[in-house]
Amino acid sequence: MPPISRGFHGRRPAVDPARVPPGQYVVEDFPVLSAGPTPRTPLDEWSLALRGEVDATPTWSWRDFMELPQETFTVDIHCVTKWSKLATTWTGVSIDTLLRGISTEAEYVTAFSDGGYTTNLPLGELTDGRAWVVHTFEGEPLHPEHGGPARLLVPHLYFWKSAKWVRGLKLTLQDEPGFWEAAGYHNFGDPWREQRYWSD
Amino acid sequence: MGVGEPPSVARGGRAGVPIIWRTVTVRELIRETAHACTIVFDAPGWPGHRAGQHVDVRLTAEDGYQAERSYSIASAPEDEHLALTIERIDDGEVSPYLADELRPGDELELRGPIGGPFTWRTEDGGPLLLLAGGSGLVPLMAMLRHHEAAGSAADARLLVSARTRDDLLYREELARHAARAGVSVQVTLTREQPDGWDGHVGRVDAPMLTALGPPPDAAPHAYVCGPTPFVEHAADLLVALGHVPAAIRTERFGPTGR
Repeated sequence: MPPISRGFHGRRPAVDPARVPPGQYVVEDFPVLSAGPTPRTPLDEWSLALRGEVDATPTWSWRDFMELPQETFTVDIHCVTKWSKLATTWTGVSIDTLLRGISTEAEYVTAFSDGGYTTNLPLGELTDGRAWVVHTFEGEPLHPEHGGPARLLVPHLYFWKSAKWVRGLKLTLQDEPGFWEAAGYHNFGDPWREQRYWSD
Repeated sequence: MGVGEPPSVARGGRAGVPIIWRTVTVRELIRETAHACTIVFDAPGWPGHRAGQHVDVRLTAEDGYQAERSYSIASAPEDEHLALTIERIDDGEVSPYLADELRPGDELELRGPIGGPFTWRTEDGGPLLLLAGGSGLVPLMAMLRHHEAAGSAADARLLVSARTRDDLLYREELARHAARAGVSVQVTLTREQPDGWDGHVGRVDAPMLTALGPPPDAAPHAYVCGPTPFVEHAADLLVALGHVPAAIRTERFGPTGR
């Protein structure tokens, strides 16, 4: 039994509790978390690449990327630092679209970003309409603090998996822990199972 | 705590002590400012920490409702007791309870230590360049305390930005650190300055950082902590002054205002 904090009432969310994973609280603003300065890559120097265990290694310029089929969708996001933000609307390109026509034996992906950030995911978590590279948040270009010009978005996992400033996906045969995963955070990061740290 | 090596959880990944909930007891409460309080804990079995790391705190209401938040550790790894400094956020869910309602002898749950990149150990060497906005001073204070307790010879420079002198955390202790060899502490007050104030005035800017040093060619380890607008601004200034982005570690908290 956890100790009871007498006189602590908390602030129960005015939302459907079924939408809030354990240990999370709902915010209205959009907190920023990153481990270093915000990189600012001009769009004419930006590209997105597929690398690693693939039979083709396409690279999209910003213009190429914006000409790919775009999807606009609304999802809830959950940060390991405990905040959740409900009903966020994004526009971007599905990972399924980026992988179309690519053949691979890989079972894992490392997303890599400007500034040196990486995060690892099973490839299967990025497909079937569950992950995107997004460039627009609530109808506006994604602000650099929040990962613009483009970030990965994998809303069903803790938000550190949604790599800011993403520049590509490296498909790998072996799972390779990324920046936070190597620093003691959970390798998979399912908010509904409260997989925050390696021992969870 | 304070005995032996801190765990390698953060930098080494999975080799460390599991991060599990522990029941800890409030030993002492120290009023730091009108808005901030240091909580000193008895934490049996605490595995130790590195300066800059944080913990998760979990409160349980009488009906079982729970709320979790993260707070930076204020104490040095060498200190006998684990201490957090909590700034009360007036409309917050957890910090008003911690800062105002908690009493010595109360129990709560805590787990950690958490956090890898935003840490410093004496063996990491110097120089150290620490930039704090408001209660972002807390993890940097743990570094300065570690610097002192471990007898580090590293050149250490700290710039703290606070609204008023009364909002400045650890005021007397900062003055003591400023008098130590190899340590420089500078303060800027952004909102209001007392008569005869001889520190900096206003938001952190490039001349302040140049005056603080060390220069980029000294390759300092830079740690920047505070509210998001402070960190964005200060880290951008460091990059513009020529510091290598990879040598700048940041920790942001609070809303963005966007």
